[in-house]
Amino acid sequence: MNTGVPILRLGDILLGGLLSDLDDKTALAFTDELTTRIANEGIRGVIIDISRLEIIDSFVARVLMQLAGIGRLLGTRMIVAGMRPAVALTLTELGLQLTGVRTALNAEQAMELLGWRRPAEEAPHAF
Amino acid sequence: MRSDERTVPSGEHPVRVEEDLLAARHAVRAAAVAAGFTIVDQTKIVTAASELVRNAYIHGGGGTMTVEAARNPAGRLGIRLRVRDEGPGIADVDQAMTDGFSTGAGLGHGLGGTRRLVDEFDLDTAPGRGTTVTVVRWKT
Repeated sequence: MNTGVPILRLGDILLGGLLSDLDDKTALAFTDELTTRIANEGIRGVIIDISRLEIIDSFVARVLMQLAGIGRLLGTRMIVAGMRPAVALTLTELGLQLTGVRTALNAEQAMELLGWRRPAEEAPHAF
Repeated sequence: MRSDERTVPSGEHPVRVEEDLLAARHAVRAAAVAAGFTIVDQTKIVTAASELVRNAYIHGGGGTMTVEAARNPAGRLGIRLRVRDEGPGIADVDQAMTDGFSTGAGLGHGLGGTRRLVDEFDLDTAPGRGTTVTVVRWKT
C-alpha cells in the first residue's frame, strides 16, 4: 500500500515522517502500513516524526493514541517526536493530552530513547 | 471596510467530499496569515476549522464553510468562520458540548474543545434543521 508517507528502516527501528497536509485517509493508511511492518519485520522501536505537521485535531490525536496502543500490544516502543510548540499549545487548549503516547522533542532524542548512541564526540581526529 | 480587512481572503467553501476538509483548512490558514495572526493563533483557528468541517462532513452529511474578516467595536481584526450543514441537527446540545461525548469517529472533544480555541462561539441547531456553528478568533 502506498500511503505517501515515507517510512525508513534503520536496523530494527522504523522512522515515519508525517507530512504537513495529513488527511484522514492517509492517517488511517499510515496506521495500517506501520502496523503490518512492525509485525512482519520484527521491529523494536518506532519513531513518528511530526515536526512538519501543522495541526493536530481530535481525529489525528485519536490516530496517534491508537498507534501507541497498537505498538504496546505488539511489544514495540513507539515515540512521537518533534511536535511544534504551537501544536502543543493548541492540543492542551483542546483538552487532548495524547494519553499513553510517549513523546520526544525531536527525532534525534527519540533515537537516543530507543538506545541509539551517537559516536563519542570527544574522539580526537587523527591528523 | 478597512484596508486590512480587504487583504483577508473571504469566501464560501464546500464541505462535500473528504478533500474539501484539507481545502477548508488551507483557506482558513491563508486568511489567518493575511490577517497577521501569530503562528499560535493560526494553529488554533485552523484546528478549530478542522474540527467544525469534519463535524459537518461526518455528522451533518456535508455543508459549507464561510470565512471572512471580522472587526470588534474596539477595532480589533479577527477571523469569523461559519460552518453550516443540513444534517439531522443536534438533539442534546449540552451533551454534544461535553468532552468525551462522541457519536462519530473522533475523541468527543470536537465541539467543547473548539469552543476553547476561539473567542466567540455560537451554535444554532435543532433536530431536522441542520447545524450552524459560528466562531470568531481575534488577533492577539
